[in-house]
Amino acid sequence: MSLAACALVLIGGFLGGISRFFLSGVVGRGVGETFPWGTLAVNVSGAFAIGAFAGAARAHGGVFASDLVRDLIVVGLFGGYTTVSSFCLQTLNLALDGEGRLAAFNVVASSVLCVLFVALGFRWAIWVVGSTTGLAG
Amino acid sequence: MADRQAATRLYLAVGCGAGIGSLARFLSGYVIVSLLGLDALWSTAFVNVVGSWIITAFATLTGPDGRMMVGPASRNFVMAGFCGGLTTFSAMSLDTFILLFEGDLPLAATYLIGVVALSLAAAWLGYLMASRLNRLPVDR
Repeated sequence: MSLAACALVLIGGFLGGISRFFLSGVVGRGVGETFPWGTLAVNVSGAFAIGAFAGAARAHGGVFASDLVRDLIVVGLFGGYTTVSSFCLQTLNLALDGEGRLAAFNVVASSVLCVLFVALGFRWAIWVVGSTTGLAG
Repeated sequence: MADRQAATRLYLAVGCGAGIGSLARFLSGYVIVSLLGLDALWSTAFVNVVGSWIITAFATLTGPDGRMMVGPASRNFVMAGFCGGLTTFSAMSLDTFILLFEGDLPLAATYLIGVVALSLAAAWLGYLMASRLNRLPVDR
């Protein structure tokens, strides 16, 4: 806990929030707003990214294992990028609109896909570190 | 030109809100883990439940039938910004994956289902409380 850590989380969160707003807007305008595909896309891609970071930290260490880099990227950027609040708001709105099935689908799909994509990101990063010996050294 | 300015304002509002929300998540994690000595799983659970309550309460209070009037930038500062930055799906998924990786399937399932269910319940509660406030007579 330091002032530098707080500043990095603030900066990472700023960039993450803007990226989320941009991507969920693009996806929402592209495929329509009847189902919250934008938030799902954000959360699934953020899950892959955090899994990849965790895999790189485990297999490679180095910069990925540094506390300040973790504060900027994992806590700030990925944490600010993904969201549970919009997911809950949109699920509630689907349920209140009588779309109970879509609401249930959103809950199950988001939960299962995000954990699955953390695992995929984790495996992918370990594979990349393992196949690039220059980086792994 | 005016459109572009409005869009820039909206993005800045979301970014600033998300930065502050992320910092609030980081600081509450420090309090919960380092000061109170609880497991890090509790800090992610806490911010997700609180953020889900705030977003529906605020959305309902400032919605079409709401008793609060705010502009789109302020609305997005709080909702997409602060609440989005405060809550995190990525850390919750990573926590669950680590529990699975360590072979603790019961805790992984309890944690993920528990946090998602509590966040949804908090969102519903926020909506109910704000709807009730909206129906109160306005003081004249």
